Amino acid sequence: MFTAFDALTLARMQFAFTISFHFIFPSFSIGLASYLAVLEALWLRTGKPVYLDLFRYWLKIFAVAFAMGVVSGLVMSYQFGTNWSVFSDKAGGVIGPLMAYEVLTAFFLEAGFLGVMLFGMEKVGRGLHFAATVMVVIGTTISAFWIISVNSWMQTPVGYEVSADGRFLPGPSWWAIIFNPSFPYRFVHTVIAAYLTTALVVGAVGAWHLLRAKDQGRENGHARVMFSMAMWMAALVAPIQIIAGDEHGLNTLAHQPAKVMAMEGHFQSHPEGAPLYLFGIPDDKTQTLHYAIGIPKMSSVILKHDADAPLAGLDSIAPDKRPPVAILFWSFRIMVGLGFAMLALGAWSLIARARGRLYTSPWLHHAAVLMGPSGFIAVIAGWTTTEVGRQPYTVYGLLTTAESRSPIAAPAVGASLLAFVVIYTAVFGVGIWYLLKMMHAVPHPHEEPMEPDAHAPIRTAGPPPEFAK
Amino acid sequence: MTQNFDLTTIWALILAFAVLMYVVMDGFDLGIGILFPFYKPGTERDQAMNAIAPVWDGNETWLVLGGGGLLAAFPLAYAIILTATYPLIMAMLLGLVFRGVAFEFRWRAHSHRAFWDLAFSGGSFVAALSQGIILGALLQGVHVEGRAYAGGWLDWLSPYSVLTGLGVVCGYALLGACWMAGKLNGSGQDRAFHHARVAAWATFAAMAAVSLATPFLAAPYYQRWFAMPTLLYLSPVPVVTGLAALFLLRGLAQRCSGQAFVLALLLFLLGMIGLGVSMWPHVVPPSITIWQAAAPERSQSFMLVGVVLIMPLILGYTGWTYWVFRGKVGEHGYH
Repeated sequence: MFTAFDALTLARMQFAFTISFHFIFPSFSIGLASYLAVLEALWLRTGKPVYLDLFRYWLKIFAVAFAMGVVSGLVMSYQFGTNWSVFSDKAGGVIGPLMAYEVLTAFFLEAGFLGVMLFGMEKVGRGLHFAATVMVVIGTTISAFWIISVNSWMQTPVGYEVSADGRFLPGPSWWAIIFNPSFPYRFVHTVIAAYLTTALVVGAVGAWHLLRAKDQGRENGHARVMFSMAMWMAALVAPIQIIAGDEHGLNTLAHQPAKVMAMEGHFQSHPEGAPLYLFGIPDDKTQTLHYAIGIPKMSSVILKHDADAPLAGLDSIAPDKRPPVAILFWSFRIMVGLGFAMLALGAWSLIARARGRLYTSPWLHHAAVLMGPSGFIAVIAGWTTTEVGRQPYTVYGLLTTAESRSPIAAPAVGASLLAFVVIYTAVFGVGIWYLLKMMHAVPHPHEEPMEPDAHAPIRTAGPPPEFAK
Repeated sequence: MTQNFDLTTIWALILAFAVLMYVVMDGFDLGIGILFPFYKPGTERDQAMNAIAPVWDGNETWLVLGGGGLLAAFPLAYAIILTATYPLIMAMLLGLVFRGVAFEFRWRAHSHRAFWDLAFSGGSFVAALSQGIILGALLQGVHVEGRAYAGGWLDWLSPYSVLTGLGVVCGYALLGACWMAGKLNGSGQDRAFHHARVAAWATFAAMAAVSLATPFLAAPYYQRWFAMPTLLYLSPVPVVTGLAALFLLRGLAQRCSGQAFVLALLLFLLGMIGLGVSMWPHVVPPSITIWQAAAPERSQSFMLVGVVLIMPLILGYTGWTYWVFRGKVGEHGYH
């Protein structure tokens, strides 16, 4: 059954599949945790019940998304050993401590305070509850810090020594390893992406309920508040993200030029200014870009700020050290295209807001609904770009992916891959359906909390007495 | 080497502590999952879920620390063990996927609840069984050549490893039953004590069988346990284990759920000490010692700083969470 693929391809497919499915959830929960903290802070400061209602509405969604992130993340912490044991042995001394710090400083913090955040409002009171929410936010951010440091070290390895048997040993400075050259750029770009992704989901849910309320001839104040907040976020953060992405791209050009060549579709070197290809069908076998449509010299302008600056192409790289262009060329364009669509949505919302039509413009609301999942697609496309662009290496330039693999035969890797595909699709498919169902539920006054006591019949008619203002 | 000796030994103890904490924290909640089919659908199952919903995520984090800590402090052991027990790790992870999402999913659609309850109990059972078999597979020895696992992908399967697997399932069920006895009143509590008694006897049987079988797995184990003078040093271990078992039964008879829970944990601790004594100083018997598998000194010392500074904080806020959610559970769901 798996004879069509070798064990290496299957192991890579397994990692790509499990990490892509996993990353959907943290890219949402990092942003959503912060949004919940903002809502709770607004409620504590203003006392307006609408913020508490929205907090409770999104908290239930957060709980489901977070649970899926936890269990799919647990799988990731063992993927390194099961399918990439040689990588673990060789690089464990450097990346292992960073991942251990992620567990110590982030995972325990998130998990420890999550219970209080979800269920503890009545038990600990408002102040401590807000502190717990903030702890979960800090935990999600610290988690991103460490794991992106690990990934970035694999992309731009520095601060290491190599032992006689070919293992990576940490050099004298952990600071150099943690803050490796691509880390700050990747960290900023990823965290902003999480915020933007969340804003687009919140905006889509708000827009959805504004459209439904309009159809039913009523108003939905709760939907207005979340839509307005989300559109502010999109309008302010989308341009920042494009700048951050550009900076990240320039950093990649400095450290991993082959990746940028593949992203740009530059099979050939351009000594007198390189074109920016907007479209084309890359062909890795013949190393040509068919049906290319491009703007002359534009790529040199963007990457070198000089129209005539020479840019080397993949023909300057040994054939066995080139990343696959066909995937990168498209994943990069999908990410960038969606980024500009987000920018357009944010700008549109600003214009509508200035004209007083933010809540009454059905076209804007339809566009916001359509853009709801775009953050996830952009995030997956972006990670595909950076990870596939690292090929054929796991530790860039030093350890190849083929050398990193476990001595596990193809049938075992294939069987476990099949199990992951079937079970993830079923379990997380149902989970995502639950999330959509919860987002379809109308946000309303007196949103029910998650605490058990508040479920007692006497309280279902209204908010618990201590929360009534 | 002497410096490295100390640090590596400390890291072996830290990882042993992480495994122990994992058993302390996640053992009972996996155990409740294992016992779940014996609870009536409806209120009883909702109560069982409520007894662990606020804390399960933190509990499971100790398993991530075990995995991450092993990678960081003993990368070679991590690489070999996970390759050697590949199908078990996959089964454990997928089991934990099912049980983890069930905490939230079972409240989301009433018509799906029976399925997610099954996923919760099935996932808990598979995860516990896999963990126990991994333990047995490690003890019976792993075939290593050079720096890599060199055995087949079913080498882990043997009567001994299945025995340790079932032993862990019974032990977790015992912890889960004691926890439920502390969280419930009335007839639910009666049933929990009944489950605890059954699970206790099953655990004793499994522990006895594993204890008898282990010295005969390999000559070094036999010599460690039955040669003078180690026999003298180690003789308290089985004696204290026997006493702990007796007091556990007495605690259950007197309906002291807290005492029974602590004694069940003591049994696990003694079992770990016994197996640790057999393995020492190997992390992958029979060939890889902790020093051969150790990460570079700089890696271990860097992490030690983190553990010393952060672990007290973790224990502190984890304890606070348990304090917040102390006491008996109500009948209403957390959702």
